Parts: sequence; structure tokens; C-alpha cells
Amino acid sequence: MLSDDLRGMWYIMLKDLRAYYLKPPNVSWGILFPFAFVLAFVIRDPGNLEGLVPGLLALTLLFGTSSMEAIVITFERRIGALERLLLAPLRLPALLAGKLLGGMVFGLVTTLVVLIVALAVFGASGVNWPLLIPGLILSAAAFSALGVLVSVSVKEVFEAQTLANAFRFPMMFLGGVFVPVASLPLGLQIVARALPLTYAVEVLRAAVEGGWSVSTSLDLIILAGFAAVLFGLSVRVLARRVA
Amino acid sequence: MPDPVPVIEVAELTKRYGPPDSGLLAVDHISFQVRQGEVFGFLGPNGAGKTTTIHMLAGLSQPTAGQACMLGLDRARDLPQIKKRIGVVPEASNLYDELTAFGNLVFSMQLYGVPRGERTPRAEELLARFRLADRRDIPFGKLSRGMKRALTIAAALAHRPALLFLDEPTTGLDVISARNLRQMIAGLRQEGVTVFLTTHYLEEAERLCDRIALLVRGQIVALDTVDGLKARVQEAAAVEVTLDGGRGGTETRRMVGEDVACGVRAALAEAEREGRRVLAVNTVRPTLEDAFVQLTGLSADVMRAEKGGKGG
Repeated sequence: MLSDDLRGMWYIMLKDLRAYYLKPPNVSWGILFPFAFVLAFVIRDPGNLEGLVPGLLALTLLFGTSSMEAIVITFERRIGALERLLLAPLRLPALLAGKLLGGMVFGLVTTLVVLIVALAVFGASGVNWPLLIPGLILSAAAFSALGVLVSVSVKEVFEAQTLANAFRFPMMFLGGVFVPVASLPLGLQIVARALPLTYAVEVLRAAVEGGWSVSTSLDLIILAGFAAVLFGLSVRVLARRVA
Repeated sequence: MPDPVPVIEVAELTKRYGPPDSGLLAVDHISFQVRQGEVFGFLGPNGAGKTTTIHMLAGLSQPTAGQACMLGLDRARDLPQIKKRIGVVPEASNLYDELTAFGNLVFSMQLYGVPRGERTPRAEELLARFRLADRRDIPFGKLSRGMKRALTIAAALAHRPALLFLDEPTTGLDVISARNLRQMIAGLRQEGVTVFLTTHYLEEAERLCDRIALLVRGQIVALDTVDGLKARVQEAAAVEVTLDGGRGGTETRRMVGEDVACGVRAALAEAEREGRRVLAVNTVRPTLEDAFVQLTGLSADVMRAEKGGKGG
């Protein structure tokens, strides 16, 4: 049974990448969108370009993983294609894990492009790679799981987009991408602590600046926790919907 | 000769949506067996419970009550093993628009663990068999409706299932595509694939099925071979009456009654009531349609009206 699950996950991921993700508009949009946001802030404050890199990486990951992920399952349910996967000999968590992996891989690929550009401009000497790599992977897992949860929670594709944006846009402004969380009013700081993007930005900032502390390790654990909880909720929601 | 081993054994299978006292009873304690290698038809109007039954058997929804065994395995306990050995063709063709005909077949085989070396030859074989070889590299989304249907069936057969569920396979197809598809379904019998077919086309069921269960409002009201179902109304008589339709035209009506005299009397009474002349009266052998009308208490028009509609 485990081998059926692993095989199913792998091929669902490959199919999703081929059928939905790796299309030129998605790739270009996944990279350009975060750049456009950062550019807007750079125009306002040109002196802080380097300080925006961790936020840019986190934003690229957030949009790369969750944009398509949030609509893929809704779309497949709408056209009946999800039924094919539900009929296949694999368990529901494996089916959703395949979907999650598709979003993660796409998000990581687009983020890699942004990372290469950032390293080319600012240099790679201070980067803490043993922190950066798990930081990127766990952030991608948390954001992709958020996309999966959105996707299984709604019926229509437009609802998925609306719901995803309802999470993503507040996160973008409260998660420490443009403004440090510590400088926010206390109430918003509490809200920021409930958002996975906050922890992703903290980890990626520490990694890019070459640091590592207890709180960074805690951030990694919290990101893993977000991924696990959001994924578990997604499985429950879909199981109830298809019962 | 003993009955062949049942491929499907269903006992008191029930599906209720909503609360126990006021919910909708979609499938109402049905029991039946499907034998190995036969084409078994589930015939009924929309909302009869045909698709719900397939969904329960294939693991897409949970029965409210009852048991089902397929291929010697218990559905409640061995669903993953059962899924490996069945194929399901839903009412709507649901492959991936973005993948090619070949890509869709290969993906189906990947999901079901068909060994890598067998995938390409099997996909080519299925494309040839379903007359899609020249559409190998065309995305599914760009195929005609009939081709999409054929490819959806091919994908369900890709992992060589022992049991194939076909839900309204020809609904919405043009006459030629539907005929081609029926030939393909008939061809499955030669391969020993057991086929569970739902349809609301009486002629399709008559042409393809070894045995037919008539399903009305979630209950099986009759289950027999086509000849067996007809024989149940054999003693009754079907009478075809040709009436003067006015302006030189005629109209033929079919009446089924307990005997010929009864049918003729009914026809004459109708003609007199409508003030029309009876031109001819012929006795005819009852058809499956007559059996359906007699056994279900429904009009055959109910089924005709649903052609192109959604199955139940």
C-alpha cells in the first residue's frame, strides 16, 4: 500500500507540473509578480534593496506555491478529473501529498531563479546554506499546504482565488516582508505571529545574513507545524466532501 | 451447470443522503450478483440510483448500509485491492485536457503501477483499438466528444481491469460514435472483462447486456436476461394499432394488455373516443420497452425524454 501511495504521489506531482504549472505564463507570472511588488518599495526607499531580499524570496515562494495550488484541486473537481485520482489505488493523504509536492516544486523553482539573481547582485559569501535550504523547503511546504486547504475548501475556482488572496495579501503586509514585525502595533504583531510568512521571512533573513539562533530553529519547527496542521486539515476537509 | 463465480455480490446495499428520517433514499436495499464475463445492465430513469450504486461500489462514496464483494474481496475491508482491479468510466469524459491522448493513457497506467516497459506498447495498442492512433499526440481537450469518450474508456482499461464500470457510456454522442462505442463494449466480452453498464437507453441495454436490472427509485424491480424480461410480458400481448391520422397520414400506437382481445378493445375504445378510424391491428412480440413499461409502471417516454440528460 505504501508503494502505491508513493508511486501515486510522484506521478500526480509530475502530471500537475506538466499539465498546469510549467506553462510559460505561470513561470513568468510567478517570478515577475513578487519582483513588481519589491520594485514598488525600492522606488520609495532605494537604500534598502539588500534588506528586501529575504522578503522577496518568501513572497516568491508564497505566490509560486499557492497561486496555482489553490485552484488546481477545485478545477479538477469541477471537470471531474479529481474523481480519476480518487478512484486510483492510493489513499487520500497520498493524493493530496502529490498535489502539495507539485506546488512546492514549482514554488521552489521560481524562488531559485530569484535567488540566483539576488546572489549575482549581492554575492553569496554570507549565506548560511544549511539554514537556507530547509528554510526554503519548509516554507514551501507550509505555503503549499495553505494552497491545498484553500482548494479543498471551496467549490468554484473564483472562490479559491478570492479565499487565497484573503490570506495572502494581509500576510504580505504583516509578515515582515516590507515592514519589520517588531515595528507593528502590538495587536498586529500578535496577528503576524499567526501567519506562516512571518516565520518564513525570519528564517530566510537569518539565512541570507548568515545567522542562526534558537529562535530561528524554533521558526523552522513552527513552519513544519504549519505545514502539518494545514495538510491534516486539508485531508479532513476533502475526506468529508467526497464521503 | 453451476453459476459462474460472481464478480460482484451485493446485499442490501443502501445509500441515504441527509438525516435518517427525512433524507433522500437514493439506493434502497438492493441485492444482486454479476457473473464473470457478462455485460450486466443497470437500466433506469434519472435519479433511479444507477450512478450512486457505481460510486458506492467503486469507493467514491460510502454506503449507508449493506455489503458488497467484488472479485472475491470485501469492499469494506479490501477497497485498495479492489481499486487496482477495476476500471471506472464516469458519465462525463474526465481526462486531462492539457495532456495528449497518449499522455493520458500513460498517466493512468502510472497511477495503477503498470510496469514502465509495458506502458508505451499498451497505450499504442489501446489507441489503435479505439481508432485513435492518428490522434496520439493531440491534447484531450481538442478531441471530438466521441473520441473523448473512447479515450476515457481506453484509459479505464489501461491497467487491464477484470471489472469495468461504464456509466451512461453513449449519452450525448452522435449516432455513429455511439454505434462505434457499442461495438467496442461488445468486444470487451470476448476478452473476459466483466462489464457493469448503466444506461437509460432501452435499445442499448437490449443490444449489449446479458442480464438487466431495472432500477426505479433506488429499488430493483426486476432482474433477468433480456429474453427473461420479455418472457415476463409474453403472456400479455402487445398490439400495434394503426389509426387514421387525418390528411392521408397514419399513426401507429402500441398497447400492451393481458391478452390480444384486451389490447384490441383498448385500442378501439381510444379510437372511438378520439373519433378516428382504425386502419389495421397487428399482434407483435413484446420488446424490452414493453417489458420495461409493464414491470416498472413507467412510461418508456420517461427514458426517451432523458436522452442527453444526466444519469441518476
